[in-house]
Amino acid sequence: MPFNLLVLFCLLYVIALFLVAWLVERRASRGVMGFLRSPLVYTLSLSIYCTAWTFYGAVGYAARSGIEFLTIYLGPTLVFVGWWWLLRKLVRIGRQQRVTSIADLLSSRYGKSNLLGVLVTVIAVVASTPYIALQLQSVTLSFAVFASETPSGWALPDRNATAIWVAGGLALFTILFGTRKLDAKEQHHGIVMAIAVEAVVKLVALLAVGAFVVWGLAEGPLAVIEKISAVDSPGWQVQPGRWAGLIFIAAAAVISLPRMFQVLVVENVEESHLARASWAFPLYLCLMSLFILPIAVIGMERYPQANPDMLVLTLPLSEGQGALAMLVFLGGFSSATSMVIVETIALATMLSNHLLMPLWLRFKPGALTGDLRRGVLLARRFSIIGVLALGLAYFRLSGGSAALAAIGLIAFAGMAQALPVLLGGIFWRGATKTGAVAGLVTGFAVWAYTLFLPSFGQGAVIPAHVFAGGAFGLPWLRPQGLFGTQGMDPLVHSIFWSLVLNTAAFCAGSIFSFPDPVERVQGAAFVNAFDGEVQAERLGWSQGQAEPEALLILAQRILGEEALSFFEAGARAQGKDGYLPDITPAFLADLERRLAGSVGAATAHAMISQLFGQATVTVEDLMAVATEAAQIMEYSTRLEQNQEELTRTARQLREANEKLTQLSVQKDAFLGQISHELRTPMTSIRAFSEILSEGDLPPQMVADYGHILHDEAVRLTRLLDDLLDLSVLENGTVQLNLGLSHLGRMLDRAEAAASQTRPERAFRIEREGVEEIFLHTDADRLVQVFINLISNARKYCDAEAAVLKIRLRQKGGRVIADFIDNGSGIAKEAQGLIFEKFARLTDQRRAGGAGLGLAICREIMANLGGSIGYLPGQKGAAFRVTLPLRLEAAKG
Amino acid sequence: MTGRVLLIEDEQNIAEAIRFLLSRDGFEVEVQRDGVAGLQAARAAPPGLVILDLMLPGLSGIEILTALRADPRTERLPVMMLTAKGQGRDREAAEAAGVSVFMSKPFANAEMRAQVRALMGM
Repeated sequence: MPFNLLVLFCLLYVIALFLVAWLVERRASRGVMGFLRSPLVYTLSLSIYCTAWTFYGAVGYAARSGIEFLTIYLGPTLVFVGWWWLLRKLVRIGRQQRVTSIADLLSSRYGKSNLLGVLVTVIAVVASTPYIALQLQSVTLSFAVFASETPSGWALPDRNATAIWVAGGLALFTILFGTRKLDAKEQHHGIVMAIAVEAVVKLVALLAVGAFVVWGLAEGPLAVIEKISAVDSPGWQVQPGRWAGLIFIAAAAVISLPRMFQVLVVENVEESHLARASWAFPLYLCLMSLFILPIAVIGMERYPQANPDMLVLTLPLSEGQGALAMLVFLGGFSSATSMVIVETIALATMLSNHLLMPLWLRFKPGALTGDLRRGVLLARRFSIIGVLALGLAYFRLSGGSAALAAIGLIAFAGMAQALPVLLGGIFWRGATKTGAVAGLVTGFAVWAYTLFLPSFGQGAVIPAHVFAGGAFGLPWLRPQGLFGTQGMDPLVHSIFWSLVLNTAAFCAGSIFSFPDPVERVQGAAFVNAFDGEVQAERLGWSQGQAEPEALLILAQRILGEEALSFFEAGARAQGKDGYLPDITPAFLADLERRLAGSVGAATAHAMISQLFGQATVTVEDLMAVATEAAQIMEYSTRLEQNQEELTRTARQLREANEKLTQLSVQKDAFLGQISHELRTPMTSIRAFSEILSEGDLPPQMVADYGHILHDEAVRLTRLLDDLLDLSVLENGTVQLNLGLSHLGRMLDRAEAAASQTRPERAFRIEREGVEEIFLHTDADRLVQVFINLISNARKYCDAEAAVLKIRLRQKGGRVIADFIDNGSGIAKEAQGLIFEKFARLTDQRRAGGAGLGLAICREIMANLGGSIGYLPGQKGAAFRVTLPLRLEAAKG
Repeated sequence: MTGRVLLIEDEQNIAEAIRFLLSRDGFEVEVQRDGVAGLQAARAAPPGLVILDLMLPGLSGIEILTALRADPRTERLPVMMLTAKGQGRDREAAEAAGVSVFMSKPFANAEMRAQVRALMGM
């Protein structure tokens, strides 16, 4: 078959795929999903797991190592059949969080850590580059095979040129369909459909070759099985360690490989599709592997010299089956292109989201204000070209020599490093960013040191002496014999150590670090993904396209009347009549800014996002809203506090003012009373002195009036004495003369002194109780109190035969003296008043004092550490004096 | 109009001084030491002049004055008020209640006697 014809077929095939993708895109953009929403398409798209490596390489693998190639299919089968609940959770989380890639998922789970995103992106790019190179290599090789095996004898012009053409074509295709539009969900319906078509092509091609081999070359299945059993190759020995390791990394790969994650999670349109895929995909893998062994055995038997990795193609070619060879070629081409396209899209998404955009935004801070879409798309396109260029560079550098399967396994092991962090992230709330970074870095380093770098060959990157003696001369650091492990298969050795150390670092890092709030919230959202969905549904969040009316209602709630004029202005600016403008990004940005002025930027963004349905409200948004709300609350709390403080101050001021007013009134009243008490005797003195000075008075009257003058002068003096005494006692500046005094003798003194008061009265004092008490107190002051009480009784007791009973007793460290007379007592309502200054209940003539006596008594008793009070419930007036047996000087 | 003066004053010595002075001037002086008794006396036989102390047991001077002014028989009775408190407020209250003359204690005997004579229309 001429080369040009081959290229023409390829071109036609690509154009057909192009058409399929284009039509589907167009239908999808019109909202017609139709058959796109079928689980079959989803299942077929998963078949990009089977790359050119599986298409061509599986036969080579089988030829070299026998049935071991099955491990690559067993891993995914186990995952889909046995771990469907894990996949379901991944898909659920992916949809809830609008995850765009595995890097996005991990960064999102661990507190939106960009560091983690970068790390995963780097690992993915490093691990995938050889894999992409592998696809280019297989396509180039298949071209070469056609060239060499064709009887017409054309030679492939230049392998490198072919690879460049293929890579360029793939880049174009990927850019055209991978970056046509920017969708928040990163779904590419056209490409998924194209992949599904390619999946059918490669399955049909492989089955056709298998059928041809079994029924065309051999004598039916039984003969083939016999031949297979007869093979006795040393490589065909089953090695349990390798089996376990390979099954494990194949299982890990089907989850964590960027392209697998892309089709499995990101491109998933309906979670229920997973149910079909959980048995249909293993079935697909089963069919794909059905004829691998027969092709390998029969091919090796017939063409022992051929490259086993190309047997699928060389067999029909050599047997002269041109059409079949063409189909196989297209199958291989499909495998390679679909893998490269999806892998490139996945990597480009990661690169642009986690590396390029953050860098761009960092160095051009103003960029955020404009429309980001153009920048993002540009970053995607450059990323796609970059990824393919890397693959091409690797292909040219490695010279395309290594066996296909080996490169594939290295990539698998590399991406498997993301598995512990991924599983921990969705099942263990305690997993933290620190742990994730530690695990990833450790795993990646060990993988690079033990598998990736050695794959370039001894001495290529790692010097030969390190292989023999270990790094830094430490034998336990040998790349293929870490910690002294001997005789392990290098692949198994690397998988074992990288994943063990990875997991250990991840767990240790998680246990010994604390997650920040975003991490905690995200951790909960991921681990409890299934609870979250229920809640979100109950809340009734709609994610539909926002109607202008809905936006207007939202805006009116916040802006009020202003909203309508804002919308009208927006409509006018767009040249529209009425008040509802088209919802353009520019208008939304304006509105968001306007709303932000009222409710804060984060809240405004969250509101618009939710209505507009372009992105869900992320945890970060909510945190920002919460922060804003907290600030507002803090502010209002502060205001409230200020308000309270003001109220409190005002109340204190009012109280102080009232007190001052009250004091002022009291002071006025007191001054008025003093004035009255002073002026009264003064009046008598002045009047009589004038009368006396006039002369002409009988001597008796002169004597009487002279007597009055004397009495009033005495009264004035006593009043002044009392006032001074009271002032001293009240101020606490009184000097107490403390000493031991006999209680009985003090009462004697008081009785004698008081006998001057109304001496004409019949008055008897009865004393009872213990008098032999020595008190440590100020005797003079105490006697003053006693005198006051006795003379009050003498003055006021209204009984015919006045009797004052003085009862003494000691109780604990205190002495109690009751003074009770047999008069009519003091009216209940007056009992509280008698101790106040100038409180005089009867008329002044009888009292002969200014009404300060009891007030002075109260002050004296307070100074002596005791008290005086009215004793209600007795027949007559009754007072109780209580004082300590021993008054300490300090107290005075 | 009689030359009778009703003196309502609880301070015995002051009452004696006023009684002595006014008696010497030819007035008939009746002394009451209690507010209630004083008001009764004023009503029972309206005198030519009432001299009232402000602070009294029973009824206060203002209360007696108000009662006198409310009674048609005594509403035009001249009333002299004496007080030892000497605060502006008391004077205002007394004037509002319709006092004829307000005097502070202590007073000059001559002034007091002149006021009494004036009030008695002499």
